[in-house]
Amino acid sequence: MTAGTGGGAVTAGTAAEGRFAVRRWSRTASVAAAGSVVAVAALAGVPYYAGTSAEQPLVTLFCLVALASLWNLMAGFAGLTSFGQQAYLGAGAYALYAAASMGLDPFAAIPLAAAAAGVLSLPVSFAVLRLSGGHFAVATWVLAEILRLAVTLAPSAGGNTGVSLPGVSGYDALLRQALTYWWALAVAVCSVAGVYALARSRFGLDARAVHSDPVAAASAGVAVGRTRRWAYCLSAFGTGAVGAVLFANTLYTQPGSVFGVQHSVAMMFMVVIGGIGTIEGPILGALVFFALQQALSGYGPWYLVLLGAAGIAITLFAPRGLWGSLAAPRGWSLFPIGHHISGTS
Amino acid sequence: MSPSERLAARETDALSIRSVGMSFGSLSVLDGVSFGVAPGETLGLVGPNGAGKTTLLDIVAGARRCDGGQVLLSGRDVTRLAADRRCRLGLARTFQVPRPFGDLTVFENALVGAVRGAGLRGRAAYDDVRGALVLTDLLAVANAPASSLRLLDRKRLELARALAMRPRVLLLDEIAGGLTDPETAALVGTVRRVRDGGTAIVWVEHVLRALTQVATRLVCLSAGRVLAEGAPGEVLADLGVRAAYFGRSVL
Ligand SMILES: Nc1ncnc2c1ncn2[C@@H]1O[C@H](COP(=O)(O)OP(=O)(O)OP(=O)(O)O)[C@@H](O)[C@H]1O
Ligand SMILES: [Mg+2]
Repeated sequence: MTAGTGGGAVTAGTAAEGRFAVRRWSRTASVAAAGSVVAVAALAGVPYYAGTSAEQPLVTLFCLVALASLWNLMAGFAGLTSFGQQAYLGAGAYALYAAASMGLDPFAAIPLAAAAAGVLSLPVSFAVLRLSGGHFAVATWVLAEILRLAVTLAPSAGGNTGVSLPGVSGYDALLRQALTYWWALAVAVCSVAGVYALARSRFGLDARAVHSDPVAAASAGVAVGRTRRWAYCLSAFGTGAVGAVLFANTLYTQPGSVFGVQHSVAMMFMVVIGGIGTIEGPILGALVFFALQQALSGYGPWYLVLLGAAGIAITLFAPRGLWGSLAAPRGWSLFPIGHHISGTS
Repeated sequence: MSPSERLAARETDALSIRSVGMSFGSLSVLDGVSFGVAPGETLGLVGPNGAGKTTLLDIVAGARRCDGGQVLLSGRDVTRLAADRRCRLGLARTFQVPRPFGDLTVFENALVGAVRGAGLRGRAAYDDVRGALVLTDLLAVANAPASSLRLLDRKRLELARALAMRPRVLLLDEIAGGLTDPETAALVGTVRRVRDGGTAIVWVEHVLRALTQVATRLVCLSAGRVLAEGAPGEVLADLGVRAAYFGRSVL
């Protein structure tokens, strides 16, 4: 049934229009995509032409980029402001520990660790997604705390003292660090590219609609619960991979730090100051956060105060984040996710 | 649904509502409301403020649960079905107080309806949205974020999103208020066109001169009960007699 919106109705009264077209891509987007490929290729070569001194900070940066993008998938697109993603950082790390303890190669087991975090997030999602807004945020945090306590109380998981990553003694230190570096790069690239692809897909349209108004989204046929669940679980899956990579990087993990809420604070900081609900924003936010971390680390406790001040200043003067305030008024888009139509005048 | 109940429902009705009841705490808002709408029929739902018209649409659309009674789409009991499932079965509604997806553009708002409601993809979905935006006169602002629209355009967007779903049953909630005469005439033309495509329409409207140009039957709801039902002329005359008798208008 056409309900009056079929072909005949479409042309009536619109003779003066130009050709109707929907644009989802641009020359800028092609340049940005090509530039990204070149940048990733150049970064992949770092272990060959730069030393471990360059690798170490970049591993941190890649993990931040991945975490920000994954948090943005859930909070920026689907509207789920979680404060408990550290649960999946820890789940990924401890799943890697379990896999390596059973004799699996730690680097080969990173995808398994991510999958474990994703699987864990499924039953959790049924509990926390019944709540919304602040209740959801607190519930996710509480669940992360429960997980931290459970690990602390489990002697087989090292308890409060934490565990070292088994199975890495066979690796030459240089190779081990290069492998960690490549994994961190791969996780960051997959996170950004994956979120980009999802945001452009029908799922992305659903998620943005659910974020704007879940009641209206349901009445327009969007499966609200399923959309939120996918966003939550995919974000957890990626966060689990980051947890495993960070463990492989430091070779040591402890429940007190890996399950700390400061990880969620950092994710939110990066996404909000960068520009929530965009692809560019979390990347920019991660770069800013990383730069601030490096620049302010000498200031001891002042570091947190200055970081907080920077966050407040940006939310006050650029409420859409740095990228949002810079790009939206000028119509810039490096990684477009929307629909732009022409032929309407 | 038992076989006898299935027989009781008018097989041909696209939508039937059977003795629907609903209360907010101790306040009864709907009580034993029943009617059906056939494909290609427009039923006007009238009644004073607070009569329960919007609550009834919420129940039909699945945004609210009723305490008793049933809602059937083409004979299928959907009383326990979620709103999104009902939408995918061909039910679309507009909200009396518009609920646009503020962060999405006007085009994308209707696209959600085309993709999820009508199940269209790619070019077919885009053309469907374009048709809906042309009919609601929104094509010129297609790229604007919905949050930037004025109230009248938000109401138009409600209609556009619903039309993009290509519904078999369409619920309209006060879409004619505040329009000029030519705009009203255009809206009436649009609703007629949708009806002529075979869609069953329930139109809640206070602007009777618009409603009576399309509706072939009126149901008057008052304090949650069906006060009168029938041809528009009869119902309005009946209501006029009552108004004279009680000394105040029921509409
Ligand atoms: N969430 C709610 N909680 C309590 N009472 C409510 C709620 N929503 C509506 N009501 C009451 O239910 C009754 C019916 O409201 P409803 O909005 O369905 O009326 P209506 O016929 O659509 O009125 P109008 O013509 O003004 O839109 C009113 O008395 C209203 O006060
Ligand atoms: Mg109402």
